[in-house]
Amino acid sequence: MSEFLQFLFSGITVGSVYALVALGFILIFNASGVVNFAQGEFVMLGGMITYFTYSAGVPLAAAAVFAILVTCLAGVALNKLAIGPARGASVVSLIIITIGASIFLRGLAQVVFDKQLHRFPSISGDDPISIGGATILPQSLWIIGGALGAFLALYLFFSHTLTGKAVLATANNKLAAQLVGIGTNNMMTLSFALSAAVGALGGVLMTPVTLTSYDVGLTLALKGFAGAILGGMGSPFGALAGGLLVGLIEAMTAGYISSEYKDAVAFIVILLVLFVMPNGLFGRSALERV
Amino acid sequence: MRLTNLSRAMTLTLGAAVAALALPAQADIKIGSSLAQTGPASFLGDPEAKTLKMLVEELNANGGVNGEMIELVMYDDGADANKARTFATRMVEDDEVVAVVGGSSTGATMAMIPVFEEAGIPFISLAGAVVIIDPVRKWVFKTPHTDRMACGKIYEDMNKRGISKIGIIGGTGGFGKSMHGQCVDVAPDYGIEIVAQETYGPKDADMTPQLTKIAGAEGLQAVLNPGFGQGPAIVTRNYAQLGIDVPLYQSHGVASKSFIDLAGDAAEGVRLPASALLVADKLPDSDPQKSVVVGYRDAYMAATGDSVSTFGGHAYDGFKMVIAAIERAGSSDPAAIRDEIEKTTGFIGTAGEVNMSADDHLGLDLTAFRMLEVKNGEWTLVE
Repeated sequence: MSEFLQFLFSGITVGSVYALVALGFILIFNASGVVNFAQGEFVMLGGMITYFTYSAGVPLAAAAVFAILVTCLAGVALNKLAIGPARGASVVSLIIITIGASIFLRGLAQVVFDKQLHRFPSISGDDPISIGGATILPQSLWIIGGALGAFLALYLFFSHTLTGKAVLATANNKLAAQLVGIGTNNMMTLSFALSAAVGALGGVLMTPVTLTSYDVGLTLALKGFAGAILGGMGSPFGALAGGLLVGLIEAMTAGYISSEYKDAVAFIVILLVLFVMPNGLFGRSALERV
Repeated sequence: MRLTNLSRAMTLTLGAAVAALALPAQADIKIGSSLAQTGPASFLGDPEAKTLKMLVEELNANGGVNGEMIELVMYDDGADANKARTFATRMVEDDEVVAVVGGSSTGATMAMIPVFEEAGIPFISLAGAVVIIDPVRKWVFKTPHTDRMACGKIYEDMNKRGISKIGIIGGTGGFGKSMHGQCVDVAPDYGIEIVAQETYGPKDADMTPQLTKIAGAEGLQAVLNPGFGQGPAIVTRNYAQLGIDVPLYQSHGVASKSFIDLAGDAAEGVRLPASALLVADKLPDSDPQKSVVVGYRDAYMAATGDSVSTFGGHAYDGFKMVIAAIERAGSSDPAAIRDEIEKTTGFIGTAGEVNMSADDHLGLDLTAFRMLEVKNGEWTLVE
């Protein structure tokens, strides 16, 4: 039983990290239909900027807020400088631009920061909490809380605020949204900023546990994307559930089958789910209007 | 007209002066090198190249070897085997080098070997894999210790502590995978039984499931973690989180201060094998390697401003052995140099004491590694 609990804690911790990345994915996807492959780099920026600001003597909380704000600006810049000029291009072209942006950000981080691994202190210490024979780090609780908080905020934003609905309207039909008076360009900028903030929050929370370096983004983006697809691209609840599921499948496979197969099993499950439910677990099928 | 004549005369004089100045700088003995100064293996090639340049300058400033100057012919192969082979041919045919130190990666080394074997040029590789010198090739040597030896050193320490049943948690990156395989292979020689084996990806964020499984293995007495990068630091932290109370062994891949910084308090009591170079200050004065590693470290830091790495040390060992061989041979004939390299005995390098022979072109034993333990956030020598 204690073994199962340990696998569960591990799965939920890692899954929450994936969920935070997945939430970032769906924010931009909901506004533009673009899958932003630079999402992992937002996470990296969150962790790296916090580390370097913190080691320059700034208190951790202030460093974290600063990192999230700077990453927000990076998200806005990505929209204004890379996605904006190519507006009108097909979604596939825009996705390729985000891949380019991710390579650029990785390269930039190597030059501006360095190529070493970094870590800053946990928010509430490193003494593991023991529950039923298994242990969990206080920082893991922060990560889980961060994922739940981000999910709740996004859910309320999309379903209960006018701005959130305007973002959805922009994605649904840009021309119609413009006609009813929505500033679609502003909505795009807003969603990039929010997405970068969610990514950076993930980076800030996870670094004490997972460490960070200039190249952590790529793997996270892949796993987070898998989570978003599994949950159904577009739904905040789907992103949360999908991310957690990917993490849990990995941990359970490593625990009960073999760690050799944990990535393979996670992706096989995703393929099987998509085979039966092409829109993911919680996604709605897209309606094509004539 | 007169002006033209004057300028022509001046040009001639100047040209002659330049030629006269350049003459003494022209080297008599050419040593070749192809390293991965850039590209994915530049963390190997960069310190190696800087070390070779530093040593050649130092040697020539002190009058060279046997009264002749050394010229270093260096190429950057970026760890690309195709490029390395082209440079090898160029070194043999155009540059006419008498010996080669280099090949940062195993791939580049293996691509160059046939060229040097055919031309009969002694070649000291700086790459890790054991295939370079096993089976022994007449013209090929290498300086770095192998991961098999690191496993041996760890098992030796386990034997001393009465440990015989261990679990292995290995990274699936190149370094971890290779060492994991070697450690499994060599375990029976030391009477070590492996009761659990798990792996993790190089970018994984949490290894508690694997460690929980290993901790549940019957009769577990220690855990070994071959790996490189962030994995070992996370394994160490997870290990402490789970409160596993048997000793944890890490590999030489993480023998640096940054490992202790990343793993924090969790690193207390962790043991690992490391090259003497990394603990230069901690060695007792009676240690024969002390003066060599301290000397190289100080010279390298003064010349480059970088901190020293074991990889640059491999280049140091290779170059010094070639120069010593040229000195003993009293000539720069490649065949004579090769014979003398093979006769290297009692050479104290950064990797340990080298004793080459016709059937051992590495010449290192387990003394190449020192067993270290983390105590109060510092590396300390065990023994």
